[in-house]
Amino acid sequence: MADKTSAAAEVAEPERRKVFRKIFRQLGVATVVTMFGKAVLDSRPARAASVLRPPGALPEPEFNAACIRCGLCVEACPYDILHLARWSDPAPTGTPYFVAREDPCRMCTDIPCARACPTGALSPLVTDIKKADMGVAVLVGHETCLNYKGLTCSICVRVCPIIGEAISLKPIKNERGVLQIPTVDSNKCTGCGTCEKHCVLAEAAIRVLPRELGLGVEGAQSVGRW
Amino acid sequence: MRQLQAMFFRNRWLFSRRIIQLLIIAAFTVELPAGGYLAQGNLSSSVWFGIGLTDPYIWLQSLLAGAPLGKAALFGVAIVAVFYLLLGGRIYCSWVCPINLVTDLSYWVRQKLNIKSNFTLSKNIRVTILMLSLLLSLLSGTLAWEAINPITLFQRELMWGSVAGATVLASIFLFDVLVTRRGWCGHVCPVGAFYSELGREGRLRVKATQVGACGGCAKCIKVCPEPHVLAPVIAKKATFVTSGDCTRCGACLDQCSTGALAMRLSFKKQGKFKGIPVVGGH
Ligand code: SF4
Ligand code: SF4
Ligand code: SF4
Ligand code: SF4
Repeated sequence: MADKTSAAAEVAEPERRKVFRKIFRQLGVATVVTMFGKAVLDSRPARAASVLRPPGALPEPEFNAACIRCGLCVEACPYDILHLARWSDPAPTGTPYFVAREDPCRMCTDIPCARACPTGALSPLVTDIKKADMGVAVLVGHETCLNYKGLTCSICVRVCPIIGEAISLKPIKNERGVLQIPTVDSNKCTGCGTCEKHCVLAEAAIRVLPRELGLGVEGAQSVGRW
Repeated sequence: MRQLQAMFFRNRWLFSRRIIQLLIIAAFTVELPAGGYLAQGNLSSSVWFGIGLTDPYIWLQSLLAGAPLGKAALFGVAIVAVFYLLLGGRIYCSWVCPINLVTDLSYWVRQKLNIKSNFTLSKNIRVTILMLSLLLSLLSGTLAWEAINPITLFQRELMWGSVAGATVLASIFLFDVLVTRRGWCGHVCPVGAFYSELGREGRLRVKATQVGACGGCAKCIKVCPEPHVLAPVIAKKATFVTSGDCTRCGACLDQCSTGALAMRLSFKKQGKFKGIPVVGGH
């Protein structure tokens, strides 16, 4: 399908130039293919998400295939918490995510984001926001969390939209006396991120992570004392 | 006044295209007084007046990557696909795609600065990239072209002033100005290649209406972004531009001062060429 117009020019062209032209063309094609391939490999989905997805998101590999990066969920969110990943973001380009510490999910009961999704990447089967699984909260700062220091900050517990179920205070005893430890029930926590958002420390001691990252994934080996 | 009118007439297709292109961008970006936007989403999938539209090429990548079928998207794909299938796929390229604004600007700059350098690229490159993007989607489980697609990148990043987005647009612009005439849209972009295949049988076509009227000035071929599509018509070997590569931009019609070309819906079967009744001389 080469241009008809260039065909005539080629007749008059010296042999050497034609060879160069061919080499350049092949080089060009090789460059395009390499760049393209690399961009794709770079954006390959990690096994687990490294960012928090909107409620109802399919497991990461399926989500990455199903989401067509349209941003309808982003526009549907009344609190404007969702972003489409840019090139420099840690998620595949164009997929929606949110950052708990900046703006957590408010757990709308009608889940407008999932309703807006045309592809089912945010599953239409999720109808109860309390069953959503965006991630899970993990108290990572055992040395910085104020409750571990014997105070009763408990902000993370008090702000939780499913207070008492997803997170509650559990007393433990140590040399300083009785400590009230914010304890997450991973089966009830939706990963909305509200606790992380409101942690009073400069950097949150409680983090909301995608489930696989927060809880780890069991390997094939049997573990424990058996 | 006359002159102004004549100027509009000579650019009637160009102006219509620009208006539609800008209206589409505005629908996504300009907030309505009542709040919200005329169209939600972006060009991969959007909602207009409650009707969902989905890009068939992006959807195909998603399907190959292993996505379950979403009902709403399926319906949206059908609407878009049928439209381009019936009328001509690359209507997308010159009437909808925002990148066309950039590459048309490149072309204009090229003309103004009289840049002649033209690195010959095969038009098959875009077909290769198209195939590659589908294959890679299948192998990698992600939407391969969407990782770099400047069209949706334009909507996602550039409008919010991102450096990455601007870099990509600038490279496309420079590539088209300095390296190859109509380099990006005419040779590289797999979206164009996809729509070209999809709209192979599109019925909106450039027609040579009065063969006798053509004075053979070849101005149409000179402006055409895909010059090879006009060649058979100008050589008087066909009455219609039948190639799926024609973008229905109407640049040829704007250029033609004799009225020898027109845009027509033709539902006749485009069988083998049987010769044009030659009216008048050369
Ligand atoms: S549930 Fe509500 S707040 Fe949370 S992401 Fe969806 S729309 Fe936004
Ligand atoms: S609405 Fe669905 S397909 Fe669109 S960006 Fe959000 S998750 Fe992806
Ligand atoms: S992330 Fe925090 S606030 Fe949200 S449900 Fe889990 S424990 Fe509660
Ligand atoms: S034949 Fe005419 S309408 Fe088709 S691409 Fe060329 S200039 Fe545009």
